[in-house]
Amino acid sequence: MNSNSHAILCRGVEKHYGEGETRIDALRGVDFGARFGELSFLVGPSGCGKTTLLCVIAGLLDRNAGDLEVLGRTPDELSDRERVLFRRKNLGFVFQQYNLLPALTAAENVAVPLLAAEVPRKEALARATSLLSRLGLEKRVEALPSKLSGGQQQRVALARALVHEPRIIVCDEPTAALDHATGEAVMELLASNAVQPDRAVVVVTHDSRVFHHAQSISRMDDGKIVEVTRSGGSPRMENVEESDSFRKEVIQ
Amino acid sequence: MNFVALRMLTGDRAKYFGLVFAIAFCTFLLENQTSIFANILRRTASQILDVTDADVWVMDPKTEYWDQTKALKDTDLTRVRGVEGVGWAVRLFKGTPVARTSTGKFAVSFLIGLDDSTLAGAPRTMLLGSWERLREPDSVVIDKAGYVLLFPKEPLRLDRTLEMNDHLVRIVGISDASPPFQSLPVMHTRYSEAVGFVGRERTQLSFIIVRPAKGVSPAELTARIQSGTGLRARTTKEFMWDCVRYYLKNTGIPVNFGITIVVALVVGTVVAGQTFYLFTIDNLKQFGALKAIGVTNLRLTAMILLQAFSVGALGFALGTGMGATFFEVFQHKLATRHIVLMWQCVGITGACIFFVVIVASVLSIRRVLVLEPAAVFQG
Repeated sequence: MNSNSHAILCRGVEKHYGEGETRIDALRGVDFGARFGELSFLVGPSGCGKTTLLCVIAGLLDRNAGDLEVLGRTPDELSDRERVLFRRKNLGFVFQQYNLLPALTAAENVAVPLLAAEVPRKEALARATSLLSRLGLEKRVEALPSKLSGGQQQRVALARALVHEPRIIVCDEPTAALDHATGEAVMELLASNAVQPDRAVVVVTHDSRVFHHAQSISRMDDGKIVEVTRSGGSPRMENVEESDSFRKEVIQ
Repeated sequence: MNFVALRMLTGDRAKYFGLVFAIAFCTFLLENQTSIFANILRRTASQILDVTDADVWVMDPKTEYWDQTKALKDTDLTRVRGVEGVGWAVRLFKGTPVARTSTGKFAVSFLIGLDDSTLAGAPRTMLLGSWERLREPDSVVIDKAGYVLLFPKEPLRLDRTLEMNDHLVRIVGISDASPPFQSLPVMHTRYSEAVGFVGRERTQLSFIIVRPAKGVSPAELTARIQSGTGLRARTTKEFMWDCVRYYLKNTGIPVNFGITIVVALVVGTVVAGQTFYLFTIDNLKQFGALKAIGVTNLRLTAMILLQAFSVGALGFALGTGMGATFFEVFQHKLATRHIVLMWQCVGITGACIFFVVIVASVLSIRRVLVLEPAAVFQG
């Protein structure tokens, strides 16, 4: 692994919660890398540490040990303000429960990262509307989240993660609340819109039905990466579903 | 991000209106109770404040308030007139005779005897008739509330008669005298008539009212009169506060109103503060998402303050509007006339609401600042 090709590099990252008898080791020496231009999946059973790793990478949690590099920097060594600004500029988030602001329209929700970066409101809304149109929501830009289906809400969330053109996008179970067809459509949009040569996309998921979108799959168990599978240069990991035993292990 | 903060605030209409009305209700309650309290206490000095001709009141050294008088000697008037700086000084009588109508209806009344030659000390606003007619024998001017009390459901009419201390007196004017604390009819007549309508006391001089000479301040003159005559001299304002303080000290009014005001303050504070705090707690996940996205703590603090002050300002304005409407309606009722919304009470209430908003904001901001943005990933 090297820092030129990788947006994210973790070596021996450890993270624990609590102390003494109540201590829980969430990450036990994780080695993980996410390359530019790739869709990297983090998979594994519940409680294995996927979301904790995602939060450490995003600078939302501090690691206890190990090395971490995100775009050549170490987020948890930045000051609080620098970390927030780093996150605002370089990261886009897609959450399992969308986390859209219910009082804002789809376009306004998408514009939030731009507004946070002091982009004038008019320009921010114009860019948000344009992106929503690209994602097939041109007729829903003025709709409130409560008037959107789950799939539409996740597309709005995806647009919000993309609108400020971050170099890393982290997605936490983006299809967990969606039916298969809708989840597939969302992943299709993610793969076609988010993956770019200068951007890395990390997806935490349980949903084995969408594994074929990944260029690499890192399987976690008990706070460690136990297996990494790569697509071998092909743009998609087309054969994951049928071919290997990996999927069987993951979905157990 | 300001518009995001305001949209978050107004997005849930039920919570938003609940919040606004909680603050409006608190404002209304506080302004209402404090204004009524202040106005009622002000009524203890109504007849003092009605005298706009004079600036200084002279009385027996032991007099503490308007209703407590010990008659002065006639020579006291001469002594006061002899004090340097006195422009003029005239007598004022205050008595409480019983006035009776021809139908037998009667009421204890405040009877104020004005200096015969100048009529100094008369209230300014006449609703019917004129002060000049007080120069007629056995004449009185009565306030409207007193008239309505003695002649219920009858139209205002001059030249009706009353009996006071075996004297038949004629109503020659109806005034808009300020309502006294005890809600008694207020009658004005000439000094020489008043002593006859009350009678039986050897000396009748209740107060001497004084206008300072040009260039002499009322405060300066009171000091001179006190040192020169040994009598008690107070400016109109000082005498008013003497009355207010007396009632505050010697009656249960402040306790009763104080309890109501404290309850209004506590209930209003708790309801408004808690509602806003709960509003923030309900939105914690949204604030968490904003934190994760990269909104700084400073910006989040500004957003919460904007929300709190918007809702506080709107609630306060609405509550003050409700209060103003209330007082506008009731100041035209006879029993509650002259009770108005006092700007001082609006100011005090504004300060209380500001305090509530600050406390609720600080608690809410604290919750948001300590919120781990990673929590947004937890389901």
